[in-house]
Amino acid sequence: MQFNSFAEFLNMGGYAFYVWLSYGISTALIIYLIWASVNRHKAVLQQIAQRQKREQRLRQAAAINMEKQGLTQPELNEEIIADAVAKTTSGSVNENKEV
Amino acid sequence: MFKWLHPYANPEVAYNFCGKLQPWLFRLSAIFLTIGLVWALFYAPADYQQGDSFRIFYIHVPAAILAMGIYMAMAIAALSSLVWQLKLADASAAAMAPIGAVFTAIALITGAAWGKPMWGTWWIWDARLTSELILLFLYLGVIALHNAFEDKNLAGKAAGILSLVGVINLPIIHYSVEWWNTLHQGATVSKLGAPSMSASMYWPFLMCFLGFAFLIAAIVCLRFRTEVLARNGMRPWVKALAEQQISCQSTQCNQAQENK
Repeated sequence: MQFNSFAEFLNMGGYAFYVWLSYGISTALIIYLIWASVNRHKAVLQQIAQRQKREQRLRQAAAINMEKQGLTQPELNEEIIADAVAKTTSGSVNENKEV
Repeated sequence: MFKWLHPYANPEVAYNFCGKLQPWLFRLSAIFLTIGLVWALFYAPADYQQGDSFRIFYIHVPAAILAMGIYMAMAIAALSSLVWQLKLADASAAAMAPIGAVFTAIALITGAAWGKPMWGTWWIWDARLTSELILLFLYLGVIALHNAFEDKNLAGKAAGILSLVGVINLPIIHYSVEWWNTLHQGATVSKLGAPSMSASMYWPFLMCFLGFAFLIAAIVCLRFRTEVLARNGMRPWVKALAEQQISCQSTQCNQAQENK
């Protein structure tokens, strides 16, 4: 142990301000980095889930439209739904930017 | 070797592998950092010239070395993404840039706080300090380019070229203290085999260095996984994961997840 008392430890041989400034800022930056990384991970997952929900709603809407128009052939149905989904979501594929 | 490595090029396998690695890296880093910092702050001797201000060294030097190490790793990832079109390499390069920027900032700030009592100034346009500042700007440029394009592949290419050009700065930083004789002192610990400092200071430094290295590896894992998710949002496994996450938030199944 290099210090005789806690006060002496805090004083850091007269360099208290500089030593604790360094340690403080480093700790704060690292904690911020971890916090931001965890948050971003959650945000990206949430965005993907939201997009999925929107897709599902679009599918349902498209299916209802099909029924109204009397188009019930399964092949045609799938094709048109996929088209509609692609049209409405193509712009949002690369949305996952850092906030 | 490539046969053995090949399955890890699958985003899902890489995502899960890093997910398993991540908590262990965080634990190792906590152990080494606790040992290292307690040793550095309480037990390591004060420098005979610099007194207790020398304790800044235990953050400053690992941060500076690792900031350059991350840059090298990022540049290698960028190269393999540009040459072999490895999407995961691009994701890892994007994951490393912000971490490198933070550690470069730590090296610069702790350096300033050390320079004020020792040199009498917070900042001087010394070769080492200036080239380290350029490293920070390179990191910020890479981050900006990664976020500047809607298309992640295009962004990865632009950022990758900048990272490769920026590699020229690494030898400049390393040899700056030899080429230009200014305020910053020469290398003490990076001389392989024969560090020019006493063991009572070298060991706590090594512990801190390992602690920061594991911490960086852990955060790289975390950010890499985020980048993989962002780049594979349309894959079924990512969708399943996202759905699980959302349902977890409403019904708190964190413990169930951990037990798996």
